Amino acid sequence: MSNPKELYYTKDHDWLKIEGNKAVMGITDYAQNELGDIVFVELPAVGDEFAKGDSIAVVESVKAASDIYAPISGVVTAINETLVDSPELANESPFEEGWFIEFEITNEDEVKELLSASEYDELVKGD
Amino acid sequence: MRYIPITEKDEKEMLASIGVNSIEELFSEIPENLKMKKELPLPKALAEAQLKKHLTALSNQNANLDELVSFLGAGAYEHFIPSIVDHLSSRGEFLTAYTPYQAEVSQGVLQSIFEFQTMIAELTGMEAANASMYDGATALAEAALMACNVTRRNTVLIPKSLHPEWQEVVTLYLESQNIEVVVLPYDLDSGSLKLPKGPEEVFKSAACLVVQQPNFFGVIEDAEYYAEQIHQHGGLFVMAVDPITLGLLKSPGECGADIVVGDAQALGNPVSFGGPSVGFFAIKGSKLLRRMPGRIVGITEDADGDRGFVLTLQTREQHIRREKATSNICSNQALMALRTTIYLSVVGKQGLKDVSYQCLQKAAYLRKKLEEIGVRVRFSGPVFREFVAEAQADWIAINEKLLEKGFLGGLPLVMLDPSLKNCVLLAVSETRTKEEIDAFVAVLGGMIK
Amino acid sequence: MTKKKIVPLIFEISSPGRRGYQFPELDVEETPINELLPENYLREKEAELPEVSEVEVVRHFTQLSRLNHGVDVDFYPLGSCTMKYNPRINEDVAALPGFTNIHPYQPENTVQGALRLMYELDRFLAEISGLSKATLQPAAGAHGELTGLMIMRAYHRDNGEDDIRKEILIPDSAHGTNPASAMMVGYEVKEVPSDDRGGVDVEALRKMVGPQTAGLMLTNPNTLGVFDENICEIQEIVHDAGGLLYYDGANANAILGIVRPGDMGFDIVHFNLHKTFSTPHGGGGPGAGPIVVSEQLKQYLPWPVVEESDGRYFFHKPERSIGRVKSFYGNFTVLVRAYAYILSHGSEGLRRVSEIAVLHANYLMENLKKDYFLPFDRKCMHEFVLSGKWQKENGVRTLDIAKRLLDHGVHAPTVYFPLIVDEAIMIEPTETETKETLDQFIEVMKEIALEAKENPDKVTSAPLTTPVRRLDETKAARQPIIRWTKPTE
Repeated sequence: MSNPKELYYTKDHDWLKIEGNKAVMGITDYAQNELGDIVFVELPAVGDEFAKGDSIAVVESVKAASDIYAPISGVVTAINETLVDSPELANESPFEEGWFIEFEITNEDEVKELLSASEYDELVKGD
Repeated sequence: MRYIPITEKDEKEMLASIGVNSIEELFSEIPENLKMKKELPLPKALAEAQLKKHLTALSNQNANLDELVSFLGAGAYEHFIPSIVDHLSSRGEFLTAYTPYQAEVSQGVLQSIFEFQTMIAELTGMEAANASMYDGATALAEAALMACNVTRRNTVLIPKSLHPEWQEVVTLYLESQNIEVVVLPYDLDSGSLKLPKGPEEVFKSAACLVVQQPNFFGVIEDAEYYAEQIHQHGGLFVMAVDPITLGLLKSPGECGADIVVGDAQALGNPVSFGGPSVGFFAIKGSKLLRRMPGRIVGITEDADGDRGFVLTLQTREQHIRREKATSNICSNQALMALRTTIYLSVVGKQGLKDVSYQCLQKAAYLRKKLEEIGVRVRFSGPVFREFVAEAQADWIAINEKLLEKGFLGGLPLVMLDPSLKNCVLLAVSETRTKEEIDAFVAVLGGMIK
Repeated sequence: MTKKKIVPLIFEISSPGRRGYQFPELDVEETPINELLPENYLREKEAELPEVSEVEVVRHFTQLSRLNHGVDVDFYPLGSCTMKYNPRINEDVAALPGFTNIHPYQPENTVQGALRLMYELDRFLAEISGLSKATLQPAAGAHGELTGLMIMRAYHRDNGEDDIRKEILIPDSAHGTNPASAMMVGYEVKEVPSDDRGGVDVEALRKMVGPQTAGLMLTNPNTLGVFDENICEIQEIVHDAGGLLYYDGANANAILGIVRPGDMGFDIVHFNLHKTFSTPHGGGGPGAGPIVVSEQLKQYLPWPVVEESDGRYFFHKPERSIGRVKSFYGNFTVLVRAYAYILSHGSEGLRRVSEIAVLHANYLMENLKKDYFLPFDRKCMHEFVLSGKWQKENGVRTLDIAKRLLDHGVHAPTVYFPLIVDEAIMIEPTETETKETLDQFIEVMKEIALEAKENPDKVTSAPLTTPVRRLDETKAARQPIIRWTKPTE
């Protein structure tokens, strides 16, 4: 699966789709592949505020639990309830149906530090 | 050294294969100055026959419950244990297995745990239960911690009428994590939990309210009322229950509990000087499920599509989450949980109701008999199998005299609370006969004037 | 062990009205129940317990037992778990009525035998550890860790340093319980890296200690099965910084009568009686995790401890006791078994236990290191860690090797632990196995290594001969079904 050109990425293998001051976030195809079968995703609550670097979600496979850290600061406006019931969506459709949260960006400056698709391609190529 | 089967020939061959001349060489990486220069000062090794003789002698120095007629309870209870419980639980395949890490060769213990989880969930009226905890006290401590974790609040309300040892355990666990413990008093007449005036203030910041059912004094609490009170303020309702009463009493699930814990020693496990017993832990709701401490067994399929059992939801646990785990527990009390499962299987649906009913009735009979000799029941609240009796008497001295007559009296409460100096906590189970109860009251009657 | 077999749940063979046990009839006059209990306190929905006969219960659990591997069945080289033979005489003595049938609140003069046993076990453990006084209360190793760390915190609190000493140092090779226990006592965990010999990276440790250090938790021999030769230096660094040393005794089977944690500078030690002292593990407990502490820490022990005076044994509350970590006194009948085990061996026997445990491990290691990658090629103690990384190149993972072992009737070693070794296979043979068993294991492991090269599918599809085939853990975790529910009619 290739990494969609229109998205932003992070070194921690998250993707962000940014429109205005809204962002949708999930984990990349590379990330889901490394994690293996995802069995549970713990998401924050709508309204939760977070700063860049805070742990905002947990992704669990059978033998591992990984924290997902906020790539930029924001306030949660929606969470993917379907993902909570069907965590396999994060494996099957990481960039579409397997999205995690939608949030309002509270510090626009941080967006500049995100990676472009080509930069991210370069990052995962080495592996 | 009868359990080390090595021969001289084996030893030589192995040393040669490794390429060393002596066993001593294998320890060469231990700094010389640390190595022991002399033997451990331990008694000389005993042969099996000598060992048996020595331990039998030690055992005989203890007056056991087969020789005494006991009215002691307070968290450890004498009950009939069907013969098959010992027979089945001592099978080597159960006894000598480790935690079921390799599920394909551990289906026996895994399935039995699944059955245990089901029985505990059924008894407590809850949705799910774990594979067991060390005992009731530690299970309660973990429940309170979990409530703080889930509600993100930092105060826990426990009753003064909670078993004093459980209070100590819970307080120690909670204070280690800087959680405040507020102790709520009991009503001096009824013996039941007393909520403070204007409970809103206390409740607002409380992660949970703990209620022991029946409480340490044997008094049955109005659990539904307390559930409503704490729920109104967003805290969880945690119940610590005596499982023997659940054959008759409204289940914690029906009362509105969010977390239920207890000690299942009474269900097929001997008193054993207080251990090993087995704690249980049950919850309602999928949100709590993911925060539950301890092992959990779930159903799955094998490569052929057949039913099988595995340890599941393991990411909660220490071997994966390390410092982020829900608890540090790994070994639990699996064999005692197995005994409980066998007990509840053979005693069955009707049997548990019978035990429950007999405990209730026999305790009521003892109370009636005691009143005839002027020993009154201290609290007015309804009781089950245990109650506080009161008379102008020194119960410690009376217990000594009772012991001479072959009776183990109840627990004098004077050490606990000076206001209960004339009180004693008595327990009765289905094991006490009418004859024994009558004889006990008769002897006691001669001592209390 | 039984070949493929599915045993119905006990609930699935239940038949309404069937009973398995009869209580004596109620012999006291009955009080109407409404005089005893308010009606709204009575249960509405009955518990769905099984309704089965005694013979069905016996067959059910006998059949279940046959699906299980135990030390009684065959070899069980599960690393860090010390699955040695569990002597049957210990079961007999633990079942004596003077042990199983005594109440924890009986007067002390009626339980002198039990108290003496506890006191003597306390003394034995103090000698073996080279420390001062024990508590027998903790129910398992992790519970001992928790207790030990609570004592550590109480000590720092008394020195007025609880607010500053917030960090526990734990090597990256440590058992998961160490950081989890530290968290439960409110400590922050700092991970100490290992050096290239598998020991603590001493220079890194030196940089990590300071006034914020509460203590270091260490297993020695560590989880790689190697003895940390720098222990004297390590203890100096930690003590000089004002911290205490905690010894995780999971690996104590290597050191009995050879070297004592107290002499290595440790302040607190726990023993897993269900490992080192051979009490059966029961499919996951009950264990017992007594801890022994130094003279300066004994005032903090949980109460009650047992003391002796003029041949009389009694319970005592240490001056600055942290309180209780469990109700009553510990897993008493587990203590009886460990006491019996120590008496069966004596000092010479216990030393022999460690010597042969170490001999066996080295023998296996030496004979397997050509077929499996050995990341730390040095003398091991009672266990050693291989890596499945050569096999991984052929698509065979450590998990597959573990499952293939099951087909040979051997329990798998501990796998994927310690975390610092890729595809880890941790093997602990113990002293109670015969050379023939060890040789068979070597042969089987070599055969699997060969299969992994020549016929990897055979290994990856294992196990083939167990009561169930490989189980789908993902399915279990995604849609957890953790109880039976009565089908609705």
